[in-house]
Amino acid sequence: MRIYLDHNATTPVDPGVAEAMVRSLTDLFGNPSSVHYYGQQAKASLDDARSAVGALIGAEPAEVVFTSGGTEADNFAIRGAAEALEHTGRKHLITSGIEHEAVLNTFKALGRRGWRTTMVPLDASGIVSPDRLREALTDDTALVSIMHANNEIGTIQPIAELAALAHARGALFHTDAVQTAGKIAVDVRALGVDLLGLSAHKFYGPKGAGALWIRRGVRLVPTSTGGKQERNRRGGTENMPGIVGMGAAASQAVKKLAAEGPRLAALRDRLENGILSAVPNTDVNGARDRRVPNTTNISFDRVEAESLLIALDLEGVAVSTGSACSSGTLEPSHVLRAMNLPGHRAQNSIRFSLGASNTEEQIDHVISILPRIVSKLRSLSTVGTRS
Amino acid sequence: MRVVVAMSGGVDSSVAAALLAGEGHDVIGLSMQLYDQTEGRTGFGSCCTIDDLHDARRVAHRLNIPHYILNFEQQFQQTVVANFVGEYTAGRTPIPCAHCNSDLKFATLVDRARAFDADVVATGHYARVETDPCTGRVRLRRGRDAAKDQSYFLFSLTQDQLARASFPVGGLTKDAVRDLARDLELAVADKPDSQEICFVPDGDYAAFIERQSDIAPARDGAIVNQSGRLLGRHGGVHRFTVGQRKGLGIALAEPMYVLELRPADQTVVVGPRPQLERTTLTASQVNWIAGVPPDDACRVTAQIRHRHQPAAASVEAIEAGRAAVEFDAPQLAITPGQAVVFYDGDVVLGGGWID
Repeated sequence: MRIYLDHNATTPVDPGVAEAMVRSLTDLFGNPSSVHYYGQQAKASLDDARSAVGALIGAEPAEVVFTSGGTEADNFAIRGAAEALEHTGRKHLITSGIEHEAVLNTFKALGRRGWRTTMVPLDASGIVSPDRLREALTDDTALVSIMHANNEIGTIQPIAELAALAHARGALFHTDAVQTAGKIAVDVRALGVDLLGLSAHKFYGPKGAGALWIRRGVRLVPTSTGGKQERNRRGGTENMPGIVGMGAAASQAVKKLAAEGPRLAALRDRLENGILSAVPNTDVNGARDRRVPNTTNISFDRVEAESLLIALDLEGVAVSTGSACSSGTLEPSHVLRAMNLPGHRAQNSIRFSLGASNTEEQIDHVISILPRIVSKLRSLSTVGTRS
Repeated sequence: MRVVVAMSGGVDSSVAAALLAGEGHDVIGLSMQLYDQTEGRTGFGSCCTIDDLHDARRVAHRLNIPHYILNFEQQFQQTVVANFVGEYTAGRTPIPCAHCNSDLKFATLVDRARAFDADVVATGHYARVETDPCTGRVRLRRGRDAAKDQSYFLFSLTQDQLARASFPVGGLTKDAVRDLARDLELAVADKPDSQEICFVPDGDYAAFIERQSDIAPARDGAIVNQSGRLLGRHGGVHRFTVGQRKGLGIALAEPMYVLELRPADQTVVVGPRPQLERTTLTASQVNWIAGVPPDDACRVTAQIRHRHQPAAASVEAIEAGRAAVEFDAPQLAITPGQAVVFYDGDVVLGGGWID
């Protein structure tokens, strides 16, 4: 039995989505910029996808720009806004230490080019405090970028409150919603943000497809210049199979959201409570009451997460340590470090992220095999000891 | 049987994994990331090791075995690199590969193997292990391919480590290993053999040591002859090794060789070739493969470098885990920091670090 508990890294493409993508690759192969029949067919499927993605986040289709994924959406939002506001003299950018590398490294790049950057400090809950943001804001703050939900611990940030604070100081607000879009209800108006990024492969769509929602009236300098595609906001012939797949996945997500959220939350809680009671010396990282329904992050004291991940994989259970990007070369999670958790908590942490394929039976199986694996690792462990 | 294979991405460990998988074992490939591969942090130069890790992954995929990359940057720095730098600056000539084998590879992989319910750790070394049916002890022997034998680098393995070690290519020649790799269509079949010291890809040890230890390259060391006469200047004892002839920057009628390095006052002592000959040495941190030192002096052949023709000698265990060795005939350039390894035929009896 193989059990996939790494849905925050990626999800399998839904069969209906795959079908739509195949049609886009074959029958609807035209270039949406072409005037003829083939172009019109493709253009119609592009419009449909844009509407579907708009519907997923409560946005007008015209405000949605398709990108190559979440990372490009983050880059476009941050670089595009920073450059567009440069002439106003606003050269200050704010983010938090628990952001995805797509945001953190974009901030670093802009920092090297003369922008001042501030990281809002966090506490062990993993939630950005509005008071801390208020202290960080200045009159020359151009943009605040705080993720909607964190990929490693799942905590949901008080985006509406944070965005209002930024706006009060005349700054734009961007949120990376890669881990919430398709998982929980996301409404750009209720969040009150200006820019919101999402990624298709986190909600049963294909990799290589994402979108940035740009509130009408917000001007960004394009990061990819070329043809007039995407209303002059992103040059280049559209990745049609990816975009069509994203649209189909968005439509599916809208339909399933209401039932799937509570189902996953129940499974997640079953897993979490099962582990906490079956395995001694385990702790949940981050606030448990404000999380996306599918995610839990648990530290196993005196267990090196890297070894636990491998031992679980050898048993057919796929999990991750920290974010997928850093799992190849394991470093203590920057998210848990930014939350000021003790070093061992960061080194001993495993993320379980659930999704459509998971069942109670699978969860119970994972709970049943963990105590033996953990006690074996603890009997050998020379690292990660609570000091 | 479940086996962990340390896969470096080279042809030897790739074939080792393939042989074990072919025998029907449950094989897990592990690769060790030993230093920071992040672009922009080039403390170790532009080594190709990130490609080696990719090669290992590709071979594992081809063999249909799970493969994981483990991060050992910190341990590698603390054990192997720190020792390498410390030894050179102390006027000795270290063998990082031997330290890496015993202190890092086997020490940690045996532990990992247990964690993953594996009984055995396999590597691509050219050496052989076998259990003595009478004593139950494990013997370490030279690899079958004399030109590729790596038993010299494995002398410090303990009985506990050897009992869990497997060297699947130890009974093969390098040519046979490459043939097997080609038959199995492994992408690494014709990959060149790795350099001796992986973390100094450009071979400039002196510059590496200066970067690592933050020592300013000394320019005022003295090169003297045995009677103390000043012959020249040098840039630090870490740039020299006993027996070295080239790069001294002095021109005399007779070729001069480094005889001795004195780190305390940064002096390099040189002399003519016959002065390099010694008949005795002592070694420290001696490991006896059998687990216990011999009671009396015993006859062995002793090897003082990787590429040294083993020479007849008597060896005796002395105090504090040391050994005294007396060769039948004088040996050239007995070099502090190198290992002396004792053999009985092709069986490794033990070895230690030359004082």
